[in-house]
Amino acid sequence: MSEGTSDMAGPSPRETAAGTPAWPEWTLVGLAIAALLVAPFLVYPIFLMKMLCFALLACAFNLLLGYTGLLSFGHATFFGGAAYFTAHAVKVWGWPPEAGILLGMAGGALLGLVMGFFAIRRQGIYFAMITLALSQMFFFFCVQAPFTEGEDGIQGVPRGMLFGVLDLNVSLNMYYFVLAVFLIGVFAIWRIVNSPFGMILRSIRENESRAISLGYSVANYKLGAFVMSAALAGLAGSLKAIVFQFATLTDVTWQMSGEVILMTLLGGIGTMVGPIVGASLVVGLENTLATSGFPVTIATGMIFMVCVLVFRRGIVGEVYARLLKRQGKH
Amino acid sequence: MKVCYFVSAALLAAAAIPASAAEISDGKVKIGILNDQSGVYADFGGKWSVEAAKMAVEDFGGKVQGVPIEIISADHQNKPDIASNIARQWYDTEQVDAIMELTTSSVALAVQGISKEKKKIDIVTGAATTDLTGKQCSPYGFHWAYDTHSQAVGTGGSLVQQGGDSWFFVTVDYAFGYSLKEQTAKFVESHGGKVLGEVRYPLGSTDYSSFLLQAQSSGAKVVGLANAGLDTSNSIKQAAEFGIVQGGQRLAALLFTLAEVHGLGLQAAQGVVLTEGYYWDRDDKSRKFGQRFFKRTNRMPNMVQAATYSAVTQYLKAIDKSGTDATEAVAKQLHSMPVDDAVTTNGKVQADGNMVHDMYLYQVKAPGESTKDWDYYKYLATIPGNQAFLSEKESGCPTAAQ
Repeated sequence: MSEGTSDMAGPSPRETAAGTPAWPEWTLVGLAIAALLVAPFLVYPIFLMKMLCFALLACAFNLLLGYTGLLSFGHATFFGGAAYFTAHAVKVWGWPPEAGILLGMAGGALLGLVMGFFAIRRQGIYFAMITLALSQMFFFFCVQAPFTEGEDGIQGVPRGMLFGVLDLNVSLNMYYFVLAVFLIGVFAIWRIVNSPFGMILRSIRENESRAISLGYSVANYKLGAFVMSAALAGLAGSLKAIVFQFATLTDVTWQMSGEVILMTLLGGIGTMVGPIVGASLVVGLENTLATSGFPVTIATGMIFMVCVLVFRRGIVGEVYARLLKRQGKH
Repeated sequence: MKVCYFVSAALLAAAAIPASAAEISDGKVKIGILNDQSGVYADFGGKWSVEAAKMAVEDFGGKVQGVPIEIISADHQNKPDIASNIARQWYDTEQVDAIMELTTSSVALAVQGISKEKKKIDIVTGAATTDLTGKQCSPYGFHWAYDTHSQAVGTGGSLVQQGGDSWFFVTVDYAFGYSLKEQTAKFVESHGGKVLGEVRYPLGSTDYSSFLLQAQSSGAKVVGLANAGLDTSNSIKQAAEFGIVQGGQRLAALLFTLAEVHGLGLQAAQGVVLTEGYYWDRDDKSRKFGQRFFKRTNRMPNMVQAATYSAVTQYLKAIDKSGTDATEAVAKQLHSMPVDDAVTTNGKVQADGNMVHDMYLYQVKAPGESTKDWDYYKYLATIPGNQAFLSEKESGCPTAAQ
């Protein structure tokens, strides 16, 4: 793993020109956004929305794993928890969707604060185990709490009118709303990563003792990153609750935490685009294999093995590494 | 302007003619079977339910009202979001007319919600919650096979009449377990039985020794397992290790079918009392169906798979009778037609969408008693449909009350 991390620590192509991204990159980003704008006319919109929700979740997770070096095994808590909060607020209290989503995000952040407070005191495997334990506690809370309705889940959540004017029951309206939130979320992560705050996070990832000796209060930075990641994961969960109109136990199980790790690893840790690619791949596979008759879990497991054995930096990470190599030769 | 009206009227008339000539939309009847095919419920319904559906189509002749019938299927992997995505896609872009099976409550409720919104028919055979025909019922939604109420009445009530009059519950610690235990306890007590105690354990436990020992030392005649899926299998396996059945107590599983008995084997499952709506070796009719199913799949169907056959058959009959696949007409027909096919006898659909039929109480045979392959059950009692299921009034379904 040490070889892999040192590669990732090197400047990605994005950072080569002293922090400002090169022009071709902006063109690529523009093209990608344009593609997403026309996508619902070519691909089934509900599927795209699901993909965007999971992509945002994976990006939020990557903020922690890729840029701070903390492997959380409890992100399902923020994702699924926020979905429950939003679903409950919108369905039972009759809140408008935007308020419900903000509440879900705040709930995710709060859960992140509590979990982070305990977890950041330990490192490595202990950190992962504490997050796993706390997320299992939250899972059992959800299993028992009356407001989550056990394994039936909160069903039939109305999508409602966004800001009182935009009818979210119309598929395209819903899609562009999800796309907007997704882009804002990813932009926020990009800003965080490329700010001085993000630089300090990276220095913690690279060498925590040195960061401490330089006078940074590492614990606070870690907690800050944890809460931001939790809030964004919560945002993704809240969106999903509105898109699918339900919140169920599936999203708070430890398998969901595992799936996010899989998405991020597949796409490439510590890259902006990697988690998006990874999430699209996993969600796309789940969907296409569902009707194929081939066992889905076996397929994803095999892809994961191939990824770990052959391209350890993930799909996007590998592409970046190749590009860097070529630039080095010139 | 006048010309405009004239033209549009003419166009409307022109459009109306082919619509009335072809009563079946898109010249095809397409049924989607959506269930878990790779996870814990893969044997409970799974691919075998898809086979049962295909068998129903073949028995129907492959055509209804002169148009072909197609069965498509998908594996929802026990995730409601995947199920919901596929269901919407089927309805919106693939001209699916009805979705059936729908194992797992969260999936069934989600897809029934979508079907209601899109005015499509769904028939649930694989989920247990009474909410499907209760609070969250749909005028186009139907529940075949069984629900938590039928299981509780069957196993709880009838077992008392068989002499099992004192009970101890091993309950999974969340809403599903409580409601199963409460409903069962209600029937135990109304039939003159006693509940001696209860122990709750966390969902997904792998070690039941302390709970089973408590049940054993309670001296109750029946140990009721208020749980489902893997938990039930694990607790039965461990109960066999503790010799609960050999010690003279009876083990009552509230949600357990032939597929799970087959998976566990008679050695572990012997003596378990359970309720099913279909068992192949019950009478000539069920034997005939069971053997035909066996020829295709090399296994006997449980009530979920058999009910899927029944649901597909009844849906096709309803289309045939109403001469169209328009949702309103077919739903009306489904509500009014009696259900009588290779699997179900004297079934009747209530206004809340619940298909009411007789349920049967069985006991799993000991390995010595079993004389042939799949000879697993000993018949104990019949629970008449009107007792096994909630009536329209009790169901709490808002549209049924009107």
